[in-house]
Amino acid sequence: MTLGPLDWLLVVLGGALGGMARLAVTELTALWWGRTFPWGTLVVNLGGTLGIGALAALVGWPEAGAVGWTFLAVGVLGGFTTVSSFSLQTLTLFQEGRKNAALLNIMATLVPGVAMAGLGWWAVGGGV
Amino acid sequence: MTSWRDYLSVGLGSGLGAALRLLVAQGAWALWGSAFVWGTLVVNLVGSWLIAAFAARASHRISGHAARWQPFLVAGFCGGFTTFSLFGLETFHLLNTGHPWLALAYGVGSVPLWLGAAWLGQRVGTPS
Repeated sequence: MTLGPLDWLLVVLGGALGGMARLAVTELTALWWGRTFPWGTLVVNLGGTLGIGALAALVGWPEAGAVGWTFLAVGVLGGFTTVSSFSLQTLTLFQEGRKNAALLNIMATLVPGVAMAGLGWWAVGGGV
Repeated sequence: MTSWRDYLSVGLGSGLGAALRLLVAQGAWALWGSAFVWGTLVVNLVGSWLIAAFAARASHRISGHAARWQPFLVAGFCGGFTTFSLFGLETFHLLNTGHPWLALAYGVGSVPLWLGAAWLGQRVGTPS
């Protein structure tokens, strides 16, 4: 896939929007549910995976290289979701001696994360 | 309270991170013939390493450059560079296309690798 200047601009713009939305969600969940568990990261990751599953079915991923995919999936949803925060937060939970919370975070992210992608995919009619 | 300045820093960092993630995917494409899985694995490992190194460095310096650049580097750049949504979609895709063992290896195997990368980053970022 050859990328033009427009693609790069869209990825930067989408990534910026996704990142700011992630910050907003993290702030809100901390306000509602507190900061003892990384709720914000869990919410963005599950929400973002649901979105990308639906989008993938719509554009015919992984074959297609549509502009909409570059902006929405690589940019917005890629920037909205994060693995780095998940890694740091899970490591911190382990190091604070909160092993159960760390394991819960891993399970609650991993299994529903993959399920969300499938849910999004099938919800808009994606095939096997 | 998060200021508009933090949102701007996170947005800018996340946008640049997303563009660099796409660049890595392109590189993975050129090297291995497919950006699928490998590009995502690379950004998630490097991003997990980086976020822990930045966080460890900043926690030992309350003020100064490291602390001031936190929103841009941590929630911004590392957050935008890494992606959970694509990881979830790729794992689902492996399942959906009849590769349950690959899906399991990639899905479950990634987590200890991410955490290991974060742990290494933390060690590098902590002043001895």
